[in-house]
Amino acid sequence: MRLFVIYTVDGITNGMVYAAVALALVMIWRATRIINYAQGAMAMFTTYIALTVIRHGAPYWVGFVVALAAGMVIGAVTERVLVRPVESRPPLNAVILSLGVLILLEAIAPMLFGGQTQSFPVPVSNIDIVAGTTSLPVAPFGLFTVGAVLVAMLLLFLVFQRTTLGLRMRAAAFNPEIARLLGIRVGRMLTLGWGLAALLGALAGMLAAPSVYLYPSNMDEVLVFGFTGAIIGGLESPVGAVAGAVGVGLALSYVSGYIGADLAPLGGFVILIVVLMLRPQGLFSFGRQRQV
Amino acid sequence: MRPEISRSRTWAVAAVGGAAALLTAACGSSSSNANTASAPGVTSTTVTIGSTQPLTGPAAPGYSEIAPAANAYFKYVNAHGGVFGRKITYTYLDDQYNPTSTTSQTRQLVLQDKVFAMFQALGTPTHLAVVNYLNSEKVPDLFVASGCNCWNNVSQYPQTFGWQPNYTIEGKILGQYIVQKFAGEKVGFFLQGPNDEFGTDGFQGVNDALQGKGLNVDSTPAYYTPTAAGAQAVGAAIASLQAQGVQVIVSFSVPLFTAIAEASAAGLNYHPQFVVSNVGSDPPTLSAILTGGALGKKLPAGLIAGTISDTYLPLLTDATNPWVTLFQSIKATYASSLPWDGNVEYGMAEAFTFVQALKAAGQNPTRASIVAAVQNSHWTDGPGLTPYAYSSSDHNGFTGVQMVTVGLTGSLTTLGPVQTTDDTPTGAIAAFTGTASAPPASGIPSD
Amino acid sequence: MSRMLRGSTLVRHGLMFLGLTVVLLLLTSFVFDAYTNYNVTEVAILAISAAGLTVLTGINGQVSLGHGALMMIGAYTTSVLLTWHPDLPLVLMLVASIVTTGIAGAIVGIAGARLRGPYLAGATLALAVALPQVPSHFASIFGGNQGLSVPTPTPPPFLGANFTQEEWLAWIALAAGVITFFVLANLVRGATGRRFRMVRDNEVAARLAGVDVARTQILAYVISAACAGLAGSLFAYWVTRTSPSAFTLNLSLSLLTAIVIGGLGSLVGAVVGSFILVYLPVWTGGFASSLNLSSNVANNVPLAIYGIVLIVAILVFPRGIAGGFASILRGATRVLGPSRRSPSLPTAPETPSQ
Repeated sequence: MRLFVIYTVDGITNGMVYAAVALALVMIWRATRIINYAQGAMAMFTTYIALTVIRHGAPYWVGFVVALAAGMVIGAVTERVLVRPVESRPPLNAVILSLGVLILLEAIAPMLFGGQTQSFPVPVSNIDIVAGTTSLPVAPFGLFTVGAVLVAMLLLFLVFQRTTLGLRMRAAAFNPEIARLLGIRVGRMLTLGWGLAALLGALAGMLAAPSVYLYPSNMDEVLVFGFTGAIIGGLESPVGAVAGAVGVGLALSYVSGYIGADLAPLGGFVILIVVLMLRPQGLFSFGRQRQV
Repeated sequence: MRPEISRSRTWAVAAVGGAAALLTAACGSSSSNANTASAPGVTSTTVTIGSTQPLTGPAAPGYSEIAPAANAYFKYVNAHGGVFGRKITYTYLDDQYNPTSTTSQTRQLVLQDKVFAMFQALGTPTHLAVVNYLNSEKVPDLFVASGCNCWNNVSQYPQTFGWQPNYTIEGKILGQYIVQKFAGEKVGFFLQGPNDEFGTDGFQGVNDALQGKGLNVDSTPAYYTPTAAGAQAVGAAIASLQAQGVQVIVSFSVPLFTAIAEASAAGLNYHPQFVVSNVGSDPPTLSAILTGGALGKKLPAGLIAGTISDTYLPLLTDATNPWVTLFQSIKATYASSLPWDGNVEYGMAEAFTFVQALKAAGQNPTRASIVAAVQNSHWTDGPGLTPYAYSSSDHNGFTGVQMVTVGLTGSLTTLGPVQTTDDTPTGAIAAFTGTASAPPASGIPSD
Repeated sequence: MSRMLRGSTLVRHGLMFLGLTVVLLLLTSFVFDAYTNYNVTEVAILAISAAGLTVLTGINGQVSLGHGALMMIGAYTTSVLLTWHPDLPLVLMLVASIVTTGIAGAIVGIAGARLRGPYLAGATLALAVALPQVPSHFASIFGGNQGLSVPTPTPPPFLGANFTQEEWLAWIALAAGVITFFVLANLVRGATGRRFRMVRDNEVAARLAGVDVARTQILAYVISAACAGLAGSLFAYWVTRTSPSAFTLNLSLSLLTAIVIGGLGSLVGAVVGSFILVYLPVWTGGFASSLNLSSNVANNVPLAIYGIVLIVAILVFPRGIAGGFASILRGATRVLGPSRRSPSLPTAPETPSQ
């Protein structure tokens, strides 16, 4: 029973990290109809920046803020400089572009920061909480992970639904032509969207690094699992993305624990296929069905 | 079958040999006129050897220092006249512990760089991918940096030689120690795998020693895969051992994953006794990985302290040992950026053995002559705590280890005598009664 | 005779490919050294897989981020059979791999028939990550982490004692490549290719025109999977050790980048992309080590350059290198004079369906 609780807690904690990535992917998809395959690599890069800052003596929170800020910058710059030209081209071009950015980031990171696998600090203890004489299956850092992503989601919700800026961003994503006619600087909204998404990605990178460790390709699998979660939820729905990602996290944890760690990705894949067979556009998507 | 070597006149031999080496080195320039390009990778002034190493990737922490350390020793030898006036050029490529990269890089080293021999190729799964190729191309495959007992296979791999005590030998001695000191406790395993030769060999060695001795053995090991994703799953693996009530964890893991395992245990408020293979237990490496990580800037006291492991080379922390002082002084001059830890000692010690082999291969070495040199070696000086076992029927290097434990500050304390054994399940374990040899005065092997 | 040449695509292609084969075989035996033959084999293998992928994605419009996993199926089919019976003939192994991977392709095609765009991409991506875990786990059949050993094919004795293994493997890979390209070239120009394009360009219209969309999509997947299976089988012989670590996500992504850079839907582009994939690291690696940079930098220069090439190429040549050359040629012919050929059917934009 205790193992089941441990696996569940692990699954939810990891799932929330995937959820941050899934949210980032959904945001970019809704805005520009592009999947940013480089989201994980961007997160890795910002985490390296944070580590450099921290290893030079700054406290963790300074590194944290720097990482999120760097994320915004990387996301915004990528959209403005690289993605803008391909937004109107066949989708496969954007795929290749984001793969190019991914490869480039994974090559530059070891040049700047060294290729060695490094450990990454935590802001609060990663040792399971002891209540009396029992060790509970959760550590403060696990609680922090879940809390941080929930707070990020809440803030994003408030921005999108309750502010004018958010309204403009939603309009630009929903119908760029009409938005332009209404005087909205659509390009600027897209840049902002990519920036916020990369900020979410940076958060995911900081939360994943203590357990995944830091090396140039450390976020590759996190990206795949986040993408899986986003698809399960349906790429149109942020709530779906989070639900899907947490589901993936749980599935991976149970398969890893009860069957074998090496089969975990297979478990994730099976869930994905089952969902897509039943609903090809994801669970929470209001499908734009293609019927004849 | 290990030849019994008398050690009583080692010092005298070493002194004479050292003088002879100095003389040869001084006269090196005159003998280089007789040097020919006697084999691929050999010119009249250079010998080129190649290697594949995990310089980056999940197996890199720690191991990435080995080849640069060996190279530092070669630079020292080159600066003192080389071997028969030839300088040793060591080309090592990064395979990231990925057997497919190992294959293409080994091809590159053999076909394009045309190396004389492979030296110190690191990793069990990685080298298994190329051992057939090297043997069919008759490229000497010297001193594989892995403890798989598969390298000792004279009929199938005549070109391939091991160097460190293989995991079966190590496992037997570790197992015997556990039986002696942890009777009545529950023993579990944390292995690279599943189905990885490194984990399988180690498991077999230890498990065989534990059977029928009244110990409670959990024969279902917990595994990790040495990949990016593998790191996340270690916590659950350690938790499953905890759930089984395991009190002693026997670990055959590379340094990064040993560190993650120990950190995970601490995170679960679980304090088992870790007994770790020497390939994954180097205290400075583990400290470096864990410090500043998920357990905070200052590691919980005793995180690594109390870990039990073994060694077959002089203790790192023994400042009076002549090998230690020799290697440290070479490191200070030729590789000052490297730390002083088990990996650096390993790299230099193995390089010493290679120079012994190259010298014994003759003035104009060929691939066949260096292989024959190792087989007929009977060298009396070497950095190991035990002699080499090389013969025409045995391609094992060292065949014994000494148990050690890690102290609070990373210090190492020996536990008992050096012991030797063979790699059969029932071969006896015997205490080694000889004395370790000292290095030649010049630091370069005598002939 | 000349009318037959102009009229029959099959014969024209046949002669062209025959000539190409002879040239390639001569080059490998008399011009290239062993290391070049080793690399040329890799180019051929990747080109076969890339050709199948470019037909699937470029001509039929279905994205696949998991072709590395399909190659893995081909490689393991050959390796498992050879472990069981080391003397099985090479051609039989190639055929066996084609068959098993083709079946896998059918399964993937059926499963993916209802998926579009990023959903198909995501599913194939998850497959690429998940499938390599199967041989790792079921070690008794598949050899676990260190995989299965595959014997290098030895040249037949009549070629002489000087004929190296690298040459022989290059011959085999190039021959397989030429045959594959011949088959695909005819397919692409024929009725099947037309159906593929119709479904890619407008599913609704295709369905109204009587094309069975699902069956076409599945057929495209089977064909591309068969190519991947052939490539995988050759890959096993080339590496001589089939282990899960060879089939990383990078392989699948590399194949995709290769076909887009080369030119989506273009068979020549598949070769160009594969050539770049193999030789760019070789050239840039040599360049990097000559600069005497620290190993951290030097080791990553090839990768960084590949990333930059991808970004620049896709921004400058949106239709890939082959597409870029085609545009240049078209521009040149327009300058030089009107075409004498009969007007061809209007070509639709190469957009994979969403």
